[in-house]
Amino acid sequence: MQPQDIQLRINELLDQDVYVHLELTSGAYAHHYDSSKHPASAFITNAAIRYTQGSISGTGPYRVGLKTTQGWLYAEGLTHIDEQEQERLILAGHDSRGKLVVALQLSREMF
Amino acid sequence: MNTIHNEHERILVVYPHPDDEAFSVSGTLAKYIEGGSQVTYACLTLGEMGRNMGIPPFANRVTLPKIRKQELIEASAAIGIQDLRMLGFHDKMIEFEDPQLLDDSIMALIQELNPSLVITFYPGFSVHPDHDATGEAVIRTISRLPVGERPLVHCVAFAHNQEQFIGKADVIVDVTGFLKQKMASIRAHRSQFQAAELVGDRELNEEEIQARFGRERFWTYPFA
Repeated sequence: MQPQDIQLRINELLDQDVYVHLELTSGAYAHHYDSSKHPASAFITNAAIRYTQGSISGTGPYRVGLKTTQGWLYAEGLTHIDEQEQERLILAGHDSRGKLVVALQLSREMF
Repeated sequence: MNTIHNEHERILVVYPHPDDEAFSVSGTLAKYIEGGSQVTYACLTLGEMGRNMGIPPFANRVTLPKIRKQELIEASAAIGIQDLRMLGFHDKMIEFEDPQLLDDSIMALIQELNPSLVITFYPGFSVHPDHDATGEAVIRTISRLPVGERPLVHCVAFAHNQEQFIGKADVIVDVTGFLKQKMASIRAHRSQFQAAELVGDRELNEEEIQARFGRERFWTYPFA
């Protein structure tokens, strides 16, 4: 994934109402397969936000931070972008076994 | 042929995720179907919150539900399931869903189909919160029926400690004659089956497939 391109996409959604899907997960089976692993997952979907400042950072996996009108939104571990998508920004982080660990999605329309 | 698979003309399977059927019950269903049973598979969600997206990943959160839906249709066809229902609940949220809405959906299916056998997850012993919540909803719904009208319920369980609480499985189905259908249903779930903990990171040989997938186990639910 090309951070410069993603930065342009982040800029396109600046200062407007957007819907966000933000997710982090170790998976429902994490503890079942390895009892030393702590099971943790969180997601919020179709939350409406507006950000006044936003950037992608790091050398891969990447981080994204968005300064919203009332606070912040942050995602770390991003490795993939959906390149077919023109309107929406669909970012994801997959681990070495291909499993999704983190997702950050932004869209003017609901998901 | 007077074997077990002719006992039940109508079978209802209730699971929350595409692929739950492939690993736990596909061989048994193929066997029943060959014996003339009509099988309805009610899949509560599209597994849209799953973490496996192929290796390397070919899906994302937005495209996953569509992909899983197609995989579910293909897996069901591989088993020979005649009637697939996709109930449209949200993956991971079954335990938080309105219980009345869940129960009503299940009750509607039971009244429509009048199955003599229902297959689901054993509540409390099925690891994933969606599995447990689905099993709970099925048991809760069937408990409301008069004793004489209740279908038999076979549950799948795979927690670590289950035998301590529910004993050993009382229904063990030899599905070695139906591994073609079973493996085809597993492989239909392309976004999921490559995961190392499921089928592994290499092709299994015939012997390994038989040992690993040749038998399916169920617990008959003991209604009070």
